[in-house]
Amino acid sequence: MVSHILSWLIFFPLIGAAIVAIVPRHQHNLIRWISAGATALPLALAIKVFVSFDRTTSGFQFVERTEWIRAFNIHYYLGIDGVSVTMVLLTALLCFLCIFASWGITKGVKGFFVLFLLLDTGMMGVFCALDFFLFYVFWEVMLLPMYFLIGIWGGPRREYAAIKFFLYTLLGSVLMLLVMLAFYFFSRDPLTGKHTFDLVLLQQQNVHIGPLTSMTLRNVCWIALYIGFAIKVPVFPFHTWLPDAHVEAPTPISVILAGILLKMGTYGILRISYPLLPDATRHFALFLAVMGMINIIYGALCAMAQKDVKRLVAYSSISHMGFVLLGMSSFTSEGINGAVLQMFNHGTITAMLFLIVGVIYDRAHHRDIEGFGGLAHQMPRYSVITAIAFFAALGLPGLSGFISEALVFIGAFQTYRMLTIVSAIGVVLTAGYILWTMQRMFLGSLKEKYKALPEINGRELFTLVPLAVIVFFVGVYPMPVLNLIKTSLDHLNKLVTGG
Amino acid sequence: MWFEEHIYLIVLIPFIGSFINGLNSFLGNRMPKRWVGWIACGAVFIPLLISIRGLFYLRSLPPADRAIESIVYTWIEVGNVHLDAGFLFDQLSCVMALVVTGVGFLIHVYSIGYMGHDSGYSRYFSYMNLFTFSMLLLVLGNNLLLMFVGWEGVGLCSYLLIGFWFDHKPNAVAGMKAFIVNRIGDFGFLIGILLLFVSLGLKGHWTLTFSELSEHSYLLGRGGVVTAIALCLFVGATGKSAQIPLYTWLPDAMAGPTPVSALIHAATMVTAGVYMIARMNFIYTASPAALAVVATVGAVTALYAGSIGLAQNDIKRVLAYSTVSQLGYMFLGVGVAAYAAGIFHLMTHAFFKGLLFLGAGSVIHAMSNRQDMREMGGLRSPLRVTYITFMTATLAIVGIFPFAGFFSKDEILWKTWASGHYGLWVIGFIGAGVTAFYMFRLVALTFFGKNRADAETQHHIHESPKVMLWPLVILAVLSFVGGWIGIPKGLGGNDAFHHWLEPVFSHASHEPGGEDLHATFSASGESFVATLPDADASHDTAADGLIAPVEEARAAIGSSELETQHGGAHNGDAEDHGLERFFAVISVLWVILCGFLGFRFYTKRIDIVNRLKGIAGGLIHRVIENKYYVDEIYQAAFVDNLLRTVKGCGIFDNLVIDGLVNGTAFFTKIFSFVTGLFDNSFIDGLVNAVANIVTATGQRLRVIQSGQIQGYLYFVFSITVLIICLKWLL
Repeated sequence: MVSHILSWLIFFPLIGAAIVAIVPRHQHNLIRWISAGATALPLALAIKVFVSFDRTTSGFQFVERTEWIRAFNIHYYLGIDGVSVTMVLLTALLCFLCIFASWGITKGVKGFFVLFLLLDTGMMGVFCALDFFLFYVFWEVMLLPMYFLIGIWGGPRREYAAIKFFLYTLLGSVLMLLVMLAFYFFSRDPLTGKHTFDLVLLQQQNVHIGPLTSMTLRNVCWIALYIGFAIKVPVFPFHTWLPDAHVEAPTPISVILAGILLKMGTYGILRISYPLLPDATRHFALFLAVMGMINIIYGALCAMAQKDVKRLVAYSSISHMGFVLLGMSSFTSEGINGAVLQMFNHGTITAMLFLIVGVIYDRAHHRDIEGFGGLAHQMPRYSVITAIAFFAALGLPGLSGFISEALVFIGAFQTYRMLTIVSAIGVVLTAGYILWTMQRMFLGSLKEKYKALPEINGRELFTLVPLAVIVFFVGVYPMPVLNLIKTSLDHLNKLVTGG
Repeated sequence: MWFEEHIYLIVLIPFIGSFINGLNSFLGNRMPKRWVGWIACGAVFIPLLISIRGLFYLRSLPPADRAIESIVYTWIEVGNVHLDAGFLFDQLSCVMALVVTGVGFLIHVYSIGYMGHDSGYSRYFSYMNLFTFSMLLLVLGNNLLLMFVGWEGVGLCSYLLIGFWFDHKPNAVAGMKAFIVNRIGDFGFLIGILLLFVSLGLKGHWTLTFSELSEHSYLLGRGGVVTAIALCLFVGATGKSAQIPLYTWLPDAMAGPTPVSALIHAATMVTAGVYMIARMNFIYTASPAALAVVATVGAVTALYAGSIGLAQNDIKRVLAYSTVSQLGYMFLGVGVAAYAAGIFHLMTHAFFKGLLFLGAGSVIHAMSNRQDMREMGGLRSPLRVTYITFMTATLAIVGIFPFAGFFSKDEILWKTWASGHYGLWVIGFIGAGVTAFYMFRLVALTFFGKNRADAETQHHIHESPKVMLWPLVILAVLSFVGGWIGIPKGLGGNDAFHHWLEPVFSHASHEPGGEDLHATFSASGESFVATLPDADASHDTAADGLIAPVEEARAAIGSSELETQHGGAHNGDAEDHGLERFFAVISVLWVILCGFLGFRFYTKRIDIVNRLKGIAGGLIHRVIENKYYVDEIYQAAFVDNLLRTVKGCGIFDNLVIDGLVNGTAFFTKIFSFVTGLFDNSFIDGLVNAVANIVTATGQRLRVIQSGQIQGYLYFVFSITVLIICLKWLL
């Protein structure tokens, strides 16, 4: 029996969007609750996926395949493995929580939730698609709602940020499109003799024909894909859209942006560059590791320089995504597992951080680090939650960030000794900017004007506590997540290293 | 058997205590205050009882089997990494667990009184229990990464507790400083772990579990990579245990409540580095170079920090520098491979330094939170119990026979001498005198003379409540008798403490000397360990009281450098005993002399002090009083430079990287404007120009076609004339 669970995961939010679209525009609460429902079911399905996911196989599961456009041999082909399963879980969870983080939005409520649900569909689709064309379609589907969500509901410089984000990502998409076409035209399915977009089939190197068998084109393709994905991650020097987009985006959109969209970059590399171009990947491995190191150090240094706490968190994302690059470029089981675990952990930790920034921004209407002080007096509960997220971000052992960073270091150290040692300096720098921020915002004496700041409310706690629990749990007992990913990742690692 | 399956309770119970009190604090302190204290103390007392049970359980086993490993669950299993959440309860971790829970329990009880009026009561105990949890994880974890979890966990608690009164900004900054300086150390520690894991992995053993590490670490040989590993780990130890160059956070850490200083910054956490080296003894023994570094850093720190302690006026700061100094002695001990001596001093230090801090807390409590000794004096009679217990601890730290500190410190010095490190011995010996001087200076300023505080404060002077005094008394008893479990044979004891710990450090001895030697030893690893007592018996006659050096010598079969080092230590038992006793007498006389001077100067002869301060125009005194300006140097050399770099990065990112992006956009816009202009004015202009020309021509020509006959005639006539003229001309 074919399971349609992935289709439901992808399209249920879209159905929700359609329903929201026909609800009268002033029925704000109805719209919100419908949206909550439209993300709650995928969350339930994701939990089902988590439970029933076969941890022993490296192959794709919950596969659905139907012919879509016969003339071009395009399929509606879905399936997940260890590389994508954590991303699917993360997407379902964060989208659900972000609906509640969007409760406070009063401007154009209907439009917001329609676009949000559309975005949900796009993201889920990217992580489930196994047909390159389908992947590309979802990739683009996701882009447009994001543009409007930043451009309409954003801060003062929203239009600049939205256009920057859009154009940057579009540049990446164009490059990806070219590579996709190259793969299509320079491939032949040995069974049917047709060109193919099938990502699983394209992993078999004998499918590649013509110019795609030459190393030059393969390297060019790799670079083009890399730029496309690097913009998304973002990797230095393609990162400057990120702070702007984050700062201008409304809180839930920042959460989605940092929690999920960034992961698409590294996911794309693992899903497409690695298995389709293993030889080119090996060729560029050192480069990838160096970029990872630069991201870690440079991101941390820039984070320390920020005055706006949201910008600081944005730069910390750049730094933390560097660990993913470093880990996956090491071609060791520890490194690559650590990288994917770091993708998951960063998704939860950074989501917490952005939610936390949103909480204080809603109250004080600014995000200037120096403008606060002593908040721990006025908002002790808020401070506890913040402390958990901050310490998770600085990789405190016992919380989830530590496990993935440690694995990345263990993996990378085997391949790139000096790079890893230099990267490990990032651990000190991270402690520096996190604690400095903590001290300036939460400790010291409370400013007179904030003596009446209300404590974090129940709805906000509801969005944060589940993430905090995950951060704790994975830190103490990471095996449930590692078991989920490691079979596929070890397989992928073997595939790339040819071992 | 019950114990083996329930070791995890030692660690888990403090965590539960922390969680309950933390939740109580989170939910707005709804629980009665009395419960908070009970829960917190109980959460340390139960682990203490279990540890005591563990001690008896271990004693019931043959010495070779006294290492119980209990795995709770698989923690991380990926690729070559297989790490368990498991606990190792052997002689060493047993001692540590007893110290942590024992001293910890007393300090928890003391805190009930000391923190009684604080609004953050529940939060305080939550942090304290969390600390106990982390510390126990550190000492009981069965692998290096789990130890690292505890290692950073205690750092977190230290951060939280130093900044406990965070509304005062300097406290928050001190907490931050402590964490970040520790992180710098942890950076080294982490690299050390990676290097050890990967190096041993490449030899075929991917492990970080202590038992397996000690079994296989011989594969790494001596020196080389082992030295690198040992030094990296030691960087971590200098951070956590406040040694040169990373000691600067500890004096600032005194910003926390005094019981915190007693528990974390004196008795337990700061000794983690010593414990770590003792635990990793098989690595250090394999690297004489690293050991030399450890010993040298320890000895120099001991003297250096002690010298700063001479000129401090804040009672807690004196004790803080004293702690740094005493930790230096412990490192000197482990650095000369006398691991047991280092741990012995760790234990006695936990008693007397914990007591000193608690006593100081009692004094501060009585003095309405004043810490400056210049305002104290004459507290001897109003604070009777505090005075007597404090005096006991002072005699212990100074090293007066038969107080606890005498046996442990004297042993370190003796082992230093006996292993041939004469220079380090001299430094340590002078340091002991310095210790005596500043301690008696402290006692003189605090308890003797007249009280120098204002009338208001004087009026409030009172002895602390019983709940604070009982811990003082118990610790005083321990400071007195605590050393007796380790009286060396040279002084007529039986050296029980060393015999107890010996198996932990002896597996270092099957490591060196090449693989074949190892094969013979470790093929029968257990039987080898089992024969150890016999081996001791034979060695006892050869070198009484010199277990550690002998061990080392045994360890150094095939390693000539060590053998020559210890050559001097084998000259026969009688002479050694005599020498050891002689050194003991000398050092007692020396510390009595220095202590007397310190006391005398600061009670009767303050004029001498003033004259001494004036030496070299007061320069020396100023430098010492300002802690050799090391904080300022660090600030200028590291912090300021980092901040400059950070600022530069921020500007670079904004101007250059983002500038490139915006520049690209800008130039695209310019370009499109130019192409637009080109398109509008040139291309379109060309089109329009053609049209214009046609129009203009037409307009001009229209004039001709006026419809007037005379015009046409005139035109025809003119053309005809023109043609005729042209023809005639050509």
